[in-house]
Amino acid sequence: MKRLNQLKKLAVTTSLGTALTLATLGSSQAFAQDPIRVGVLHSLSGTMAISETVLKDTIEMLVEQQNAQGGLLGRELEAVVVDPASNWPLFAERARELLDQHEVDVVFGNWTSVSRKAVLPVFEELNGLLFYPVQYEGEESSKNVFYTGAAPNQQAIPAVNYLHEQVGIERWVLAGTDYVYPRTTNRILASYLQEEFGVAEDDIMINYTPFGHSDWQNIVAEIRRFGSQGKKTAVVSTINGDANVPFYRELGNQGIDAADIPVVAFSVGEQELSGIDTGPLVGHLAAWNYFMSVDTDANYDFIDAWIDYTGDEEAVTNDPMEAHYIGFNMWKEAVRKAGTTDVDEVRDAIYGVTVPNLTGGYAVMMPNHHITKPVLIGEIQNNGQFDVVWETPGTVAGDAWSDFLPGSRDLVSDWRAPMSCGNYNVKTGRCGGSRAAEEAAEALGE
Amino acid sequence: MKPLLACLLLFLTWLPSLSIAEEDVRAGALLEALDVRSFADKGEAISELAISEDPRTRYWLNALLDGSLQRTHEGRFVVVLNNRGRSWPVEDALTQEDLGEISRRELNRISINNSLRNQIRSLIAVADLYSEDLSLRRASAERLVGEVDEALAEFLAEHIEQETDRRVQQRLSLALAIYQLEQGELDAVAELHGSLNTDARIALSRAAAQEENPLLAQEAQAALSAIEQRLKMNRTAETLYFGLSMGSVLVLAAIGLAITFGVMGVINMAHGELIMLGAYTTWAMQQLLPGQPGLALLLSIPAGFMVSGLVGIAMERGVIQFLKGRPLETLLATFGISLMLQQLVRTVISPQNRTVVTPEWMSGSLVVNDALSLTLNRLYIMAFALLVFMALIYILRRTRLGLEVRAVTQNRAMARSMGIKATRVDMMTFGLGSGVAGLAGVALSQLTNVGPNLGQAYIIDSFMVVVFGGVGNLWGTLVAGMSLGIINQVIEPWAGAVVAKILVLVFIILFIQKRPRGLFPQKGRAAGD
Repeated sequence: MKRLNQLKKLAVTTSLGTALTLATLGSSQAFAQDPIRVGVLHSLSGTMAISETVLKDTIEMLVEQQNAQGGLLGRELEAVVVDPASNWPLFAERARELLDQHEVDVVFGNWTSVSRKAVLPVFEELNGLLFYPVQYEGEESSKNVFYTGAAPNQQAIPAVNYLHEQVGIERWVLAGTDYVYPRTTNRILASYLQEEFGVAEDDIMINYTPFGHSDWQNIVAEIRRFGSQGKKTAVVSTINGDANVPFYRELGNQGIDAADIPVVAFSVGEQELSGIDTGPLVGHLAAWNYFMSVDTDANYDFIDAWIDYTGDEEAVTNDPMEAHYIGFNMWKEAVRKAGTTDVDEVRDAIYGVTVPNLTGGYAVMMPNHHITKPVLIGEIQNNGQFDVVWETPGTVAGDAWSDFLPGSRDLVSDWRAPMSCGNYNVKTGRCGGSRAAEEAAEALGE
Repeated sequence: MKPLLACLLLFLTWLPSLSIAEEDVRAGALLEALDVRSFADKGEAISELAISEDPRTRYWLNALLDGSLQRTHEGRFVVVLNNRGRSWPVEDALTQEDLGEISRRELNRISINNSLRNQIRSLIAVADLYSEDLSLRRASAERLVGEVDEALAEFLAEHIEQETDRRVQQRLSLALAIYQLEQGELDAVAELHGSLNTDARIALSRAAAQEENPLLAQEAQAALSAIEQRLKMNRTAETLYFGLSMGSVLVLAAIGLAITFGVMGVINMAHGELIMLGAYTTWAMQQLLPGQPGLALLLSIPAGFMVSGLVGIAMERGVIQFLKGRPLETLLATFGISLMLQQLVRTVISPQNRTVVTPEWMSGSLVVNDALSLTLNRLYIMAFALLVFMALIYILRRTRLGLEVRAVTQNRAMARSMGIKATRVDMMTFGLGSGVAGLAGVALSQLTNVGPNLGQAYIIDSFMVVVFGGVGNLWGTLVAGMSLGIINQVIEPWAGAVVAKILVLVFIILFIQKRPRGLFPQKGRAAGD
């Protein structure tokens, strides 16, 4: 019994210990007044480090390149890096530290939606500027955040359109990690599939797993059974982070071939695949707005610069890196246009700013703080790369509020004067105002 | 794509008859036709290629299949030999002449999608029915089930007679019967009776649902019910297998703790990190022996044991022995060590996950029948877990060390007065428990991600299994691990993975309330407090 009592104390000491180690990590010192400061808010340790570390490196590389070209407005750029350590509440503290103590002019950061929700109130309170580079669930528009990753209409919706129209999918498995992004995306998708394609409820299977899930045998077997009922089936995966590695390994081991049940993933890119032998996965799909295999000179130049910067011949690039590349260049253009780094003036200057993306087109910043992107569907190849099998004819503008959710379809976002509102309801003619604080509390489970 | 298989009969009879020069002009045109944007046109071009009598057809189809058929910016067709890095070695697709390395910027892939991949595989499968290699023929026959069309049906009906291998014959008959059933032939139902094959079941359920032929529908329905019955049994067997395999992972992770915590009473919070070190040892071994993942994995078994065992001994000597009888301090100290070990790995190796390659013989699955196949990696790990368990039981029951361990843990003072060096036994026991944690790490590297956080994912589960099984009892750990695995896998299909985990935890809490000493409580003096 004594030992059991000791066990009960574990929970307390675990959280205490984590907090202690985190406090010693990642604080940076103050700098001289002169340079323009670029904050980087990405986890360098913990579960999300696998994905976020390269994004920190990307911004550092872009800053270095810009300095080599003489900086911005004649001033040097300086990256200020902090480590929120995959700890959602710590993201808010670190964001405050960046804006308050280091007085950064702009922040590039976050990966998970819950971490973004956590920092929203801080950015709105201190009037900071955040560029968020990852595909997300939408249903949000903040005056202080620019969303350079895909909204659902720039990734999820085109992907299921492709599967339905080109591959003839009639039965759907929506599998995801158990948190806000997969849940919202799957809600949008389920409603879209039923409304647009008339898919019966029986033909949709929804499954959630915890972060870092590793025992996939039962779920994969269930998918196999669900998919062998005579109707062509596909899996739409919003499984996040390193849980994907054992998931795909199990798919391979149970012999689920892409020709029978294709899996289309929204969170699996080159970075995640670099951890597995992709031989058995050839033909499974991913929907992104960029692939490393895209055949353009701009892309090859970016890859070469990245390989030189990291000193790793096998280094891979991925979609959120491109989003940072676009976001950084947009911010740069806006600063040039405004002639200052003042947040309000940069924000007013950035609408309509157009910069080249890496896939041979251009990205435009829209008044709803989202950008235009091409949508690409790629199939996994045996070398861990994707081969594009389909793409939208032009670019698609990001939509902050989904047209397929009740309540959300009446909202529009336009941050230009005179509307200056992120959630204007066209039916009632009212602006909903910011709910950042409540949303953050909700996401953090407080 | 089915009509395309009709063209195959020609493709099967190709003869290398034309002169090389003529061949090359024709071949160039065939390849040219592949370089189109539309996948439908590409599909046509592939069938054209298949019926050409060019001896290199197979080579091109294979290159197309694995994405190595590419075109340089000058328009020359090449086959990429290795697509890693920035420049790739290539050879000419027509002459197979070595062209050295070409920058990937200069190359465009002739891309294919899933449906073309399927088409090519079926084309190759039909050709392979003539292969000398039995395993190739079997794979081909397997592939053709559910892919038969009119032309192929005719061909198969004749070909089955020539085939000598029974399994290939059976598969081909099945493939043929499915086609015949789709055509409404009543005899086909008998052939499909009892088959667990998915395509067969789908064909039967379609036949049962149609209304033009009531007799056929009736027969099909009867066959279908028999199949459903068998499927149910297979499903139960499958769930049991999943449970046992998950259970063996739990047992492996917990068994080291059953020694350090269960037998010695040390609350070792760094147990998870000892597992992690074992997994990293596997990775390091594979780095040392590139290209031989299997050998590296086998060598990792002793190496992982040594690494984690030595770290365990160092922990025992350096910290734990001074904290004897102060469990709270031990807990905090080992927790500190666990954080240090994690940070050490992060700093020295990388904060990111490392890739551990699964050897060929551990990938894929053992096919029992059409509805039941057992994944090989888990089968091996199950066997490994049992082996480790047996070895530990043997050590504790039958060796001098085991005797001393039991003596020291049951009555330290008495054991010492009998001349046993208790401190040495402590050290060896802790080293043994830690080494076994390392073994668990070696096994887990085949199932989960090898990263600095690996240990944290298993520490709670490990304590759970040990406490549930009854502290200090190895058999308890085995039974507890296996039953938790099975319970989890039985609940998971209807409750989901998240809820299943919660339910198992709730179950354990309730169980511990009722029986605080777990499944197999220690009795008599060994029970201690």
